[in-house]
Amino acid sequence: MSDLRPTPGQTVGPFFGYALPFERGPELVEPGTPGAIRLHGVVRDGAGTPIPDAVIEIWGAAPDGSVVQRSGGLLRDGTFTGWGRAETDAEGNYWFRTLEPGATAEGGAPFFAVVVFARGLPDRLFTRAYLPTPARETDPFLSGLGERRRTLEVQREPDGSLRFDIRLQGEDETVFLDFVEAARA
Amino acid sequence: MSKASEAPETPSGTAEVPDTRLDRAAESQEKITGEIRAVEDAYRAGREAGAPEETGPRLDYPPYRSTLLRHPTKSLVHADPETIELFSPVFGERDVHPLEADLTIQHNGEPIGERITVRGRVVDGDGRPVRRQLVEVWQANAAGRYMHKRDQHPAPLDPNFTGVGRMLTDDDGWYEFQSVKPGPYPWKNHFKAWRPAHIHFSLFGREFTQRVVTQMYFPGDPLFPLDPIFQTIPDAAARERLIATYDHDITTHEWATGYRWDIVLTGSRRTVFEQDRPEEGDDE
Ligand SMILES: [Fe+2]
Repeated sequence: MSDLRPTPGQTVGPFFGYALPFERGPELVEPGTPGAIRLHGVVRDGAGTPIPDAVIEIWGAAPDGSVVQRSGGLLRDGTFTGWGRAETDAEGNYWFRTLEPGATAEGGAPFFAVVVFARGLPDRLFTRAYLPTPARETDPFLSGLGERRRTLEVQREPDGSLRFDIRLQGEDETVFLDFVEAARA
Repeated sequence: MSKASEAPETPSGTAEVPDTRLDRAAESQEKITGEIRAVEDAYRAGREAGAPEETGPRLDYPPYRSTLLRHPTKSLVHADPETIELFSPVFGERDVHPLEADLTIQHNGEPIGERITVRGRVVDGDGRPVRRQLVEVWQANAAGRYMHKRDQHPAPLDPNFTGVGRMLTDDDGWYEFQSVKPGPYPWKNHFKAWRPAHIHFSLFGREFTQRVVTQMYFPGDPLFPLDPIFQTIPDAAARERLIATYDHDITTHEWATGYRWDIVLTGSRRTVFEQDRPEEGDDE
């Protein structure tokens, strides 16, 4: 590794709403696309209050497990790029229309990589939204989390949509990830 | 501004659960500054006793009141990045028009303010340039007002300035944009809370684990020691990395002053995959 120290993060602040969100940012695929699903949830603080000024980004593989490396993510011209951005609404809800990612390795548990930004959050938080698949039950990373694994498990709702709530603080606090420390270890 | 002085107007015994309501701005700067210094002093003492260097902000940082209910209380869980996390979304020329890097030409007239050029290089933790990657910026106008419906600061909006820009880094990791210098602005963390002038940056690296949103500041701002957002970073050297430098080589004749701000993302882990890059290569 090198001696270069990273530029620190800072909060996204309250005034990103006219800058980061872009037209159809949450819509990774067009309505009616075969296999299209709705991934949604509520972002809450330590008091259980919905957070109306958060930004969620997802990054996922294609349904066949390949990593999409195509431009067009800001354009939304029909190209599936695997990446999307949504801001929470006044009730803390976010949603995406996308495709379910496939496993990137044989037998792996597929997930959306998720990053959370918010006012009052001095740095971004990484997490994972694991799809309801059999592979999830035996995934070593999830198994290592004990009871807290539930916070990373996407639930399939009766209407077929996928639900992933995010809790920044509290009893059912979402498991957030640190990649840098792992890299140094 | 002595560290020992207590803010007399602040009732004692209420420090446990500070009021986080946005419209509540009763606490004094002195109290907030005292808390800021206490955190930094403890960090310095810890460093001298062998505690690890902190390169980023604290998530749990009480002087910035909005963090109180929004910071995770459990430790981040160390994770080895999996395949998807070792790649980043790709952006290209069709996503970002070159003129989006000029924040001064988005309307019919010229925005009011000091014209500036900001230029810098984005590299990963190993010093390798982050090529052809998306950089997004947003900022207040010269009067310290955002073009945002929630900004109620009674400073003038500028009909010729929105304050949003996007660009791609070049093949050597360089970005550059034109703008006007943003003004400082008040916020409601405490009584007379003012943010030092800053530009918000959103950056992608070569890997999703390098994703970062941050703020660039201007040299010599007297508000630095008073600002609990800048100070969320307890390490003085780390805070310095957020401050641009005036650069006369970037300054242009009779047009704009120049600032240089380089950005280092966290270490790259994808080295082993370098030979296996997707053959499509349509990110080029
Ligand atoms: Fe700001």
